[in-house]
Amino acid sequence: MAKRHVTTTVNGEPREFLCEVDQTLLDALRDELGLTGSKEGCGSGDCGACSVMLDGRLVCACLALAVEAEGREVETIEGMAEGERLHPLQRTFLEEAALQCGICTPGFLVAAKALLDRDLDPSETEIRYWLAGNLCRCTGYDKIVRAVQKAAAEMRAEA
Amino acid sequence: MSDSASRFKWVGTRPVRPDGLDKVTGRANFGADFTMPGMLVGRIVRSPHAHARIAGIDASAALAVPGVKAVVTAEDFPEIPDGELMVGEGPMNFRDLSCNVMARDKALYDGHAVAAVAATSRAAAEEAVDRIRVDYEVLPHVVDVLEAMEPDAPLLHETMFTEGVEPKPERPSNVASRCEFTLGDLDSGFAAADVVVEGEYVTEAVHQGYIEPHAAVASVGEDGQCTVWCSSQGQFMVRAYCAKLLGMENSQIRVTPSEIGGGFGGKTTIYVEPVALALSRKAGRPVKIVMDRDEVFRATGPTSSAHVKVRVGATRDGKITAGDAELRFQAGAFSGSHVQLGCMCGFAPYDIDNVRTVGYDVVVNRPKCAAYRAPGAPMAAFGVESALDDLAEKLGMDPLELRLANAAREGTKAAYGPKFREIGYAETVEAALSHEHYRAKLGPNQGRGVASGFWFNIGGQTSAALHINEDGTAVVVDPNPDIGGSRASMAIMAAEVLGIDYDRVRPIVPDTSSVPYSDMTGGSRVTFSVGMAVVEAGQKVIEELRNRAAKIWDVDPDGVVWENGEARPASSNVGEFEPLSLTALAESSAKTGGPISGQATINARGVGPGFGTHVCDVEVDPETGGVTVLRYTAVQDVGRAIHPSYVEGQLQGGAVQGIGWALNEEYVYSEAGTLENPGFLDYRVPVASDLPMIDTVLVEVPNPRHPYGVRGVGEVPIVPPLAAVANAIYHACGTRMNHLPASPPRLLAALDAAKLPEAAD
Repeated sequence: MAKRHVTTTVNGEPREFLCEVDQTLLDALRDELGLTGSKEGCGSGDCGACSVMLDGRLVCACLALAVEAEGREVETIEGMAEGERLHPLQRTFLEEAALQCGICTPGFLVAAKALLDRDLDPSETEIRYWLAGNLCRCTGYDKIVRAVQKAAAEMRAEA
Repeated sequence: MSDSASRFKWVGTRPVRPDGLDKVTGRANFGADFTMPGMLVGRIVRSPHAHARIAGIDASAALAVPGVKAVVTAEDFPEIPDGELMVGEGPMNFRDLSCNVMARDKALYDGHAVAAVAATSRAAAEEAVDRIRVDYEVLPHVVDVLEAMEPDAPLLHETMFTEGVEPKPERPSNVASRCEFTLGDLDSGFAAADVVVEGEYVTEAVHQGYIEPHAAVASVGEDGQCTVWCSSQGQFMVRAYCAKLLGMENSQIRVTPSEIGGGFGGKTTIYVEPVALALSRKAGRPVKIVMDRDEVFRATGPTSSAHVKVRVGATRDGKITAGDAELRFQAGAFSGSHVQLGCMCGFAPYDIDNVRTVGYDVVVNRPKCAAYRAPGAPMAAFGVESALDDLAEKLGMDPLELRLANAAREGTKAAYGPKFREIGYAETVEAALSHEHYRAKLGPNQGRGVASGFWFNIGGQTSAALHINEDGTAVVVDPNPDIGGSRASMAIMAAEVLGIDYDRVRPIVPDTSSVPYSDMTGGSRVTFSVGMAVVEAGQKVIEELRNRAAKIWDVDPDGVVWENGEARPASSNVGEFEPLSLTALAESSAKTGGPISGQATINARGVGPGFGTHVCDVEVDPETGGVTVLRYTAVQDVGRAIHPSYVEGQLQGGAVQGIGWALNEEYVYSEAGTLENPGFLDYRVPVASDLPMIDTVLVEVPNPRHPYGVRGVGEVPIVPPLAAVANAIYHACGTRMNHLPASPPRLLAALDAAKLPEAAD
């Protein structure tokens, strides 16, 4: 079957790619655009390692089709820092040792940013439920939750 | 840590890890992130049957699919004779490994690889997988450990005669081996007891659950030289194992480790790597294989399901006089469960004169077990620590006081052989006893449980190098894949020994041709062993730096000391010289003898065993059988924490994996012997909303045989949680869960069963 041509915006830049009709957005990001920061942990929407923003909505890129990106805006982990300036969440994840192996980290960061973009003062419970779709097998989540709390506090202070 | 702070500049601090930036920006390359020009996609054909003879494989239709470049089966791997060979770090049965990687004659479990294809696209590879015709003759199967031990059970291997029993059995069976450890005299120990408790404890198989599926890219050149890029717990292990399975020399294969997205023991062996090599050899192009999650569940890991019987006797005043345990572990389709380690660990925290542990390693039609964090110990500790909870109740003693009264200390002879040297078990119990958590009030349907755990920790063959760059910065060549922040620890130890800033040290984990051999990342050995090698390499660098300074000053090297990152005259008798910094010596190295570097190759001895004690509060919902962990504190003797944040992280992560094992995770098999829950939706690992914060207490009883007092820390924390949770459930609702996981349906059934006598009244 002929490939489809997709025109989209990724991390603020216009991008084009060819994809199979049944190719996932995750595979297109990784294989066609070379954006391997989004990870595949399950391919079934259960682990959140491929979390990206599609038109401002948090989605698992493994559950979206690449053709669905046509004319829309995709944001991935690669677009989270502004040049050399890390997003507060990226910095607090480092400071709080909120990662061990790091495979789940891009997904957690994208998901946590989506939370803080809506609510700069989430409770611990709200953070835990918001991130319940992102699996981390290394940390037991303690330091991840603390890193999100710390970033939120810093962003509140600056707001 | 005040102790560390007073004596060290970097040890005990919490700097940002050197590889951190790449991991928060998406730049870090994991197993599936590597590509090569001309690369093919490899996919594996897997058995849909639990047990079947492979009468034939017809690949002709698959090879006719456009884009398909190669198909391999067991025929493409040399047949390896049965028996164990020593490689690298211990005995390994390469026939079993080969047959696990690619089934020969029989498929032994649902998901067992039987063939593989390589094609120019994933779609073509998947179509080819569908078109491979495997002629299966389905055989009776067995997945339960006790059923597999029955005399009439379906037999997996006609050549398996139980080892470790005299005389050798006349008939083959599924029992691969029996082991036994004894100390003192069990009968007299029980005769001296006033109180005896006993129980049977069952745990289900769980998967390591690393988020990164297995992935490898392999390329075989026309000259037979091979390169492999993959995620593993040891690039040297991948090299040695692949060489054996493909009939090659180690020197033909160069393995480059990617970042590793979790392993927990599950990546201490190979699955897709030799298959990618075999496909590449046949196709003449690089081949990449990435497992899907269901393949990870069906064909890799998991740990043993286990049946453990425990009997403990004690005097009225709480002195344990005898401990007896029988452990039956299923190993999956090939021998090699970690039952022997379970036998060694169960009673290890305690000073008991009379102990016997017996273990049976049993094969069943399930995936071949792989190591999982303190392999074998959690199941044994679940039994022993649950029994001790019953014993404390019978004696009317506080369960921590019971443990403290019987704690192994320096000089205690462990039932598995050695006499402990400096250990900190009692200190962990004391810290738990004095922790505010232990006195906090509980509400209705809430209960508190405690349990302890032990792990040996290991040393082993290790190398490391320290290169001084021309500008005075340093490179630490760390031969072990960094699974949870070990590069930060290596940089800290290198900075400490050289007396330079942490930020001036960059660690790297190189390929198998760029650093001497090192055993795998496992057994909680890396910070201990590689750290030891880094310190030794650093001392060699310092010796060289003193030589260089002596040359510049034209004095004897003995007249030069290294202090705070500078060469100084040892005394005014040597002469008046301005100190020479590492930077100054590096910049002038061309004139004083060339580049400056140190390398160490060691077989690390002097490990410090690790002990932990956990306190867990739960609330049981009597309506649903749901259990909520309300509060959790993990106390552990960590020797000395090099980077305390990552040590705490090990305790927290291990505890949560144990909580998952206790409450939710299990392999569920159908009547047909197929795995029913090979995905994260139905195999439920703990998520953030299931858990409270995990408090940690780092007890530091330094290991005197390590330059900075390091013990391993990664494995101990998964040992206590199974019993800590089960004991908490018991104290919350009066029902003892002898069968984990205590998932809502299982706990609800137990609660209902406990109510039945009341209903009958």
